[in-house]
Amino acid sequence: MYIYDEYDQRIVEDRARQFRDQVRRYLAGELSETEFLPLRLQNGLYVQRYAPMLRIAVPYGVLSSQRLRKLAYITRRYDKGYAHITTRQNIQLNWPNLEDVPDILEELASVQMHAIQTSGNCIRNTTTDQFAGVAADEIIDPRPWCEIIRQWSTFHPEFAFLPRKFKIAINGAREDRAAIGVHDIGLNAVRNEAGELGFQVLVGGGLGRTPMVGAEIRAFLPWQHLLTYLEAILRVYNRYGRRDNKFKARIKILVKALTPEVFGEKVEAEWQNLKDGPATLTESELQRVSKYFVSPELESFPGDDAGYLDKRGSDKGFNNWASRNVHPHRAPGYAAVTLSLKPNAVAPGDITAEQLEAAADLAEQYSLGEIRSTHYQNLVLPYVRQKDLYELWHKAREAGFATPNIGLLSDMICCPGGDFCSLANAKSIPIAQSIQEQFDNLDYLYDIGELELNISGCMNACGHHHIGHIGILGVDKKGEEFYQVSLGGKSGRDAAIGKILGPSFAANQMPTVVQKLIDVYLEHRTPEERFIDTYERIGMDPFKERVYAADH
Amino acid sequence: MRLIIKDNQVVPDTWELLPKDATLDQLTNTGDVIVPLAMWLEHSHALKARDGRLGVWLDADEEAECIAEDLDSFAVIALNFPVFSDGRNYSNARLLRDRYQYQGELRSIGDVLRDQLFFMRRCGFNAYALREDHDPHAALASLQDFSEVYQAATDQPLPLFRRR
Repeated sequence: MYIYDEYDQRIVEDRARQFRDQVRRYLAGELSETEFLPLRLQNGLYVQRYAPMLRIAVPYGVLSSQRLRKLAYITRRYDKGYAHITTRQNIQLNWPNLEDVPDILEELASVQMHAIQTSGNCIRNTTTDQFAGVAADEIIDPRPWCEIIRQWSTFHPEFAFLPRKFKIAINGAREDRAAIGVHDIGLNAVRNEAGELGFQVLVGGGLGRTPMVGAEIRAFLPWQHLLTYLEAILRVYNRYGRRDNKFKARIKILVKALTPEVFGEKVEAEWQNLKDGPATLTESELQRVSKYFVSPELESFPGDDAGYLDKRGSDKGFNNWASRNVHPHRAPGYAAVTLSLKPNAVAPGDITAEQLEAAADLAEQYSLGEIRSTHYQNLVLPYVRQKDLYELWHKAREAGFATPNIGLLSDMICCPGGDFCSLANAKSIPIAQSIQEQFDNLDYLYDIGELELNISGCMNACGHHHIGHIGILGVDKKGEEFYQVSLGGKSGRDAAIGKILGPSFAANQMPTVVQKLIDVYLEHRTPEERFIDTYERIGMDPFKERVYAADH
Repeated sequence: MRLIIKDNQVVPDTWELLPKDATLDQLTNTGDVIVPLAMWLEHSHALKARDGRLGVWLDADEEAECIAEDLDSFAVIALNFPVFSDGRNYSNARLLRDRYQYQGELRSIGDVLRDQLFFMRRCGFNAYALREDHDPHAALASLQDFSEVYQAATDQPLPLFRRR
């Protein structure tokens, strides 16, 4: 985990001080609502339906026991005793008082955390694979690159007032768990034929109103040039991105209007002026940052733990959990474990202060004090010995973390929706809960198998509905909440945007609609097919016919 | 006389800023004027022939490239922020300083607010005409909001990683 030195620490402390003064001036009437808006947004502070919402940055999802305990303390002292993991690996508080936010930022700075650029039209938190550094299929550890980008983008003076928000994601594994295709910039860490490290650069991906998969503008960018090249992309976007219409202001609209080829040429031309300048990365900086991400001393085991495998054979409940929530690790005898924040009847991604502390304890006992947040809104323990898994499972159950549903229908991604968010057209959490109730039989969920169901309460698509195998979008029809369903979305290497099934549904129809979609799948699938595979083979029509048949 | 911040001090502004629709016949021969880009592009000879000093201003949708060849003609270049959230002129500022080596006064005008000054300074501005209802004396402090920065920019061409 990256540890702040005096420079990093000074920057977050300066920020807390600056924001304290900005809040003071706002409360004293020296700053208007409009002028305060971008200042609070760049500190992650929204004014929501019932209270401000504070989004705390979790750079590339890396947390520690110490940080979780501090967050537990903050939620108790300044909020209602719980927090929410977002779909971009960050953490949100739903009920802080504006007057307390400077104190909260100071508390966060004491554990090397902040809320810098978690909102606003600037460069946001860089996200990555939740299994970074431990995944069995990893080629290059993306975390040092995320940290290098975090530092470069923090208070970048030229890019604090972009046309619109800007999100960067990095993947370094064979499988893409960071959804880089649906980010403003997606970076794929790769090696060329000579074995040198570099990045494949995608631009113009994104969800929201105009969902698009990013286009490659460079097949291989040598790593030394990462920051100057990013600077060139951002400069072209800052100068030429649309500012007349916020719905057309994301970089994807510019890339589409120019075509990726022409956009790429503009970037290349700009880059020629920046290339090899002082912002060119150095071997010593790469080493300085990388040393924080060197794999910790792990015990050496010859292979899988026999006791663990025995328990899987003898205890069905444990085996279910292990088959869904335990993931392969590059070190023999180790595993990465997902703590599910998707039990039934709780908003997906919500976590109580007690659970934050329980997770801190589990991380300390079983995972060298490190823990990750995921864009699927769960937590991950990255360094668990297989021989500890059975004991960990028991403790995770006590804390409510052991729902064995990772990757299944009930492990859905869901934004806070109309219950909290003032942007939302419709509620999303009650829809998630009604679907979870419909599918609460575990054996049935296992039979259905891997399925990504994503729910967003509005076009902004925080719930990533476009890339859900089943996507649900809340829409407003004459003041009433309706839900539009799409099928066939995917994240990963072959990312795709889902297609709309047809007319939208009332909230109370949703569990039945999803049930019918599942029925069609179960009737048509071949033994090895997941929902998405069957959909791709048989197409939209059979699903459509079934779902809308009852209406006639 | 209006006050501006220049080189970290509050000073009276001696320049006259001409609006976009100004015409050449409104100009006196002496007097320091900042003319809109269109007037410069059309009347550069006449403007250069005046005795008073000359500046030019660019709006957010105008490009630094348009005056890259003419920089020696200007004692001031002003960049307009129609609203503070329009960040295009941060890029123009950097191009003028970093790419075209402009050495004269670079001034922000328009919706210029105290909390943007730190970013502006980093992009090469050295003068700030704050929005009329803002007190430049109080705003001075914001130029020092941060004591350290990560990335290279005009005011600090070396990124922190080459200095730490």
